[in-house]
Amino acid sequence: MKITKISRPIVAMLLALPLFCGTVGAYELTIPTLDYRTGPYAPNGIPFANGYGDYMNMLNARDGGINGAKINLVACETAYNTKRGVECYENTKGEGESGALVYQPLSTGITYQLIPKTAVDKIPVFSMGYGRTSAANGKIFPWVFNFPATYWSQATVFVQYIAEKEGGFDKLKGKKIALVYHNSAYGKEPIRTLESAAAKFGFEFMALPVDHPGQEQKSTWLQVRKERPDWVLMWGWGVMNQVAIKEAASIRYPMDHFIGVWWSGSENDVLPAGDAAHGYLSGAFHQPGGDFPAHTDIRKYVYDKDMGLGDRDRIGEVLYNRGLVAAMWTTEAIRKAMEIHGTNEVKAVHVRDGFEALDVDEARLKELGLPNFTIPVKITCENHEGPGKVALQQWDAKAKKWSLVSGFYEPLRDITGPLIAEDSAQYAKENNVVPRICGS
Amino acid sequence: MIYRETGQFKSSYQADQALFPINQDRYVIFAVLIVTFGIVPMLLNEYWLNAIMLPFLIYSLAAIGLNILTGYCGQVSLGTGGFMAVGAYSVYKLMIAFPELGFIPLVLISGLITAAVGTLFGLPSLRIKGFYLAVATLAAQFFLIWLFNKVGWFYNYNASGMISSPPMTLFGVTITGPEGDMKAKYLLVAGLVAVFALAAKNIARGRIGRNWMAIRDMDIAAELIGVRPLIAKLSAFAVSSFYIGMAGALYFAVWLGSVEPTEAFDINQSFLVLFMIIIGGLGSVLGSFFGAAFLVLMPILLKNIMVDGFGTDAALAAHIEIITVGALIVGFLIIEPHGLAQLWRIAKEKLRLWPFPH
Amino acid sequence: MLFFIEVVLSGLLAGVMYSLVALGFVLIFKASGIFNFAQGVMALFAALTLVGLMEKFNFPVWLAIIGTIAVMIALAWLIERLMLRHLVNQEPIILFMATIGLAYVLEGVGDIMWGSDVKLLDIGIPQGAWDWLWDQGIYVEKLELFAAGTAAILVIFLAIFFQKTRIGRALRAVADDHQAALSVGISLNTIWVVVWSVSGIVALVAGIMWGSKSGVQFSLSLIALKALPVLILGGFTSIPGAIIGGIIIGVGEKLAEVYVGPMVGGAIENWFAYMLALAFLLFRPQGLFGEKIIERV
Repeated sequence: MKITKISRPIVAMLLALPLFCGTVGAYELTIPTLDYRTGPYAPNGIPFANGYGDYMNMLNARDGGINGAKINLVACETAYNTKRGVECYENTKGEGESGALVYQPLSTGITYQLIPKTAVDKIPVFSMGYGRTSAANGKIFPWVFNFPATYWSQATVFVQYIAEKEGGFDKLKGKKIALVYHNSAYGKEPIRTLESAAAKFGFEFMALPVDHPGQEQKSTWLQVRKERPDWVLMWGWGVMNQVAIKEAASIRYPMDHFIGVWWSGSENDVLPAGDAAHGYLSGAFHQPGGDFPAHTDIRKYVYDKDMGLGDRDRIGEVLYNRGLVAAMWTTEAIRKAMEIHGTNEVKAVHVRDGFEALDVDEARLKELGLPNFTIPVKITCENHEGPGKVALQQWDAKAKKWSLVSGFYEPLRDITGPLIAEDSAQYAKENNVVPRICGS
Repeated sequence: MIYRETGQFKSSYQADQALFPINQDRYVIFAVLIVTFGIVPMLLNEYWLNAIMLPFLIYSLAAIGLNILTGYCGQVSLGTGGFMAVGAYSVYKLMIAFPELGFIPLVLISGLITAAVGTLFGLPSLRIKGFYLAVATLAAQFFLIWLFNKVGWFYNYNASGMISSPPMTLFGVTITGPEGDMKAKYLLVAGLVAVFALAAKNIARGRIGRNWMAIRDMDIAAELIGVRPLIAKLSAFAVSSFYIGMAGALYFAVWLGSVEPTEAFDINQSFLVLFMIIIGGLGSVLGSFFGAAFLVLMPILLKNIMVDGFGTDAALAAHIEIITVGALIVGFLIIEPHGLAQLWRIAKEKLRLWPFPH
Repeated sequence: MLFFIEVVLSGLLAGVMYSLVALGFVLIFKASGIFNFAQGVMALFAALTLVGLMEKFNFPVWLAIIGTIAVMIALAWLIERLMLRHLVNQEPIILFMATIGLAYVLEGVGDIMWGSDVKLLDIGIPQGAWDWLWDQGIYVEKLELFAAGTAAILVIFLAIFFQKTRIGRALRAVADDHQAALSVGISLNTIWVVVWSVSGIVALVAGIMWGSKSGVQFSLSLIALKALPVLILGGFTSIPGAIIGGIIIGVGEKLAEVYVGPMVGGAIENWFAYMLALAFLLFRPQGLFGEKIIERV
């Protein structure tokens, strides 16, 4: 499968550079990365991309890739912009001998673009905990995987956490929960879930949108001050997080009643608020910290050889670890695909099978040098969300460290289940998708 | 020697008034059309068609639209993104409600709806001028996007507020959505753009177009000689929005397939189209194409040269790319403030005299 | 009632924060008729430089500020040399476009020089709620009070500079009539360098205030969008207009968002600011304090 990109010959002509030499050799696994190291969301994109890339480079340096097949990372800069993301996708999908094996689109907008496109091109999308929630329904979205948990599961976990702190689900009645959200497709995700939860448990729910970029949120927080909700949840992104945490601190909102989605819980988000951010909570599905054996290997095999993508002392930041865990699951899926199909020369179609049979349990995590790092994940044909479990982490402003403060909660599937079924059925209807039959 | 009209005698008024009075121009246009419809779809692969040609053509259409308003009528607008959104959401609702009408009529109707909205938001232009008007049109931009983001009816009440285009066919070929045939998509868009580019050129040199230009050059003087500012300005807003609405409809239904209003039609979109016409040349249909080509192609070309050619780190390449584009904009403006179209005109003048300097 | 006062106060202060950005636009527009799209990026660039000097070279705050001012003056000189000089007497829209090119360049250069991470900016400006008023039941942000004070000082400084100094008078002469100013021997080039330097310093102040609030990062450049309605409301050419426009916009949008927003789904303040400005424009097409446009045939 060799699609000659016309851009290359043009470039080659322009520069008179021999580009096509010496690349014939062992089979390489091409994994494009749609990074965003520029633009308004770059501060979040950089650590993720570093973690993702470092882990794969570490595998290359330590094990010679996956089962001996080298990984070829193809970086493409999207600036978190959907149009550039589409260009990147078209540009990289035919790259190398293997073709692009899997995409990690890293933005809700790009994910929505790629969901139908990849179904046609037959390339799996791993939108880890973001993108289209109803893609959890593997019968209708065979090419999309959004494990380990979706926004909707996460919203129900927050409700559970609140119930636990308040002293039981029956205590939720009459409580007021506010959602401060990024006014975009991403930010609107949890609204329906929270509305049905509100109807079920009898708490009052209010939604407060914040427009991109979210530098000025005075009116939002004045409303919080006026309405005095018992808990505030946040679906924020980029500069909006920093400003929100700061504003919340300014109106002296109790930080331990303020819970952010897992994209609102990185070091970048809390550091500008200083000590005032102490006690702020956020969702998480993996541990923070850089002392796992895998991190040691990254330092040894990558950073000691000066091949690291980022700063050595930023290894182990929340978003770095998120990139790392994404890389871990991706490579494990490829490994699984090799196992299933009995060859190292896997293609995108095989990798999809690998994802669908993915089973990374605690024992395997330990082998990978990530003991207790995250939850065990097992994917089936119907369920592409996997476990759906979420924990909460809390910020300690004095130690400047995040740490998990709760166990992993099961999502309230009686709330998310019907919503997923409804939304995926609507997609299937609008796009003439026939649900496939699982379990043969 | 080759490019000159010597010896081409016009024997009728009709011939003298033709859109392209010089034979060589006509040949060039025919050649371009043949290349566009015959050769390009054969030669280019999916990457080129989808990532470069489609956005180039769609932005060209939007740029022609804005050029009618800004270049010909002198009213600076920053509401382009909002008007494109009107086109996109109109075509979405129409595709759901009346799929039997066929895709092209639906695009035209979306254009008409946008024209109506554009005329409404053009009303302040009767009192406000220059940069004040430019910033005032941002009211339209922000309001429209807010509306599409907030009112569930526009996106059929789905969970995320994104719209995705249902598949539609033309002559039995799927032309919208991801399964659409790339070549069919390209031919459809290229066809629409060609037809409406010629139409724009025709309108611009006719009575309405001359009224617009009179308003642009000096509105008080134009009023004194009998051009009615109300009609001229609002018609410019209407025609311009019609083009932009169609561009928005194609942008959504044919190119992207699914959009969310806050990102796909945000203010950067408005700026981008404005940049295109300034770089390309105000008051020139050809300039709109040049501008769109420059701003769509240049970043991708730079990126590919740096990343694929030199193996530059992707992030650094993105930074260098933005610096280069910025420097090129300034450079072009210094060399030729009237845009790429003016360079083309100068080149033509030179060609007429060639090989003699005077 | 207390809450209403609180909203008005917050709006007022937020408005002043917008004015800080708008001031930079006004200065340049007044002296050269250029609508400087790069103003937001200049604020980002200045803040990045300040943080960079403090972090990478361990400059104390005062030295870093002086260093940044020097950088901004050098930048103004470069802009005049490389760009403005070659674009004398062009149409406003061409100059506008050129500043967009400039914005791109500055953005890229800033990123390459200082990186795209969020950087903390702490130069000791007080932050958080003001305790005394808090006890009265009203929340006012100290950072914004500080910003309002700075803006007042800045405006007084600018007024003195424009009214009393020789160079300030030259600036006003240029603003009135380029050619007349040239003919009495005022050097346009010098004036431009001066005015771009001053607006660079204003950008630094805006960058410090906004950067203290959200950390210094790319999004800082987007505050320019918040300043545009302020500009058209106040008039492109009036310094008091920028302040009063900012206050009207700030108070108006906060009241709308808090009291009307919840009824229609919220997030209306962005377009409301523009609509408010538009409504004012319909009565005064040149803004509240802008120069009256006199047209002759």
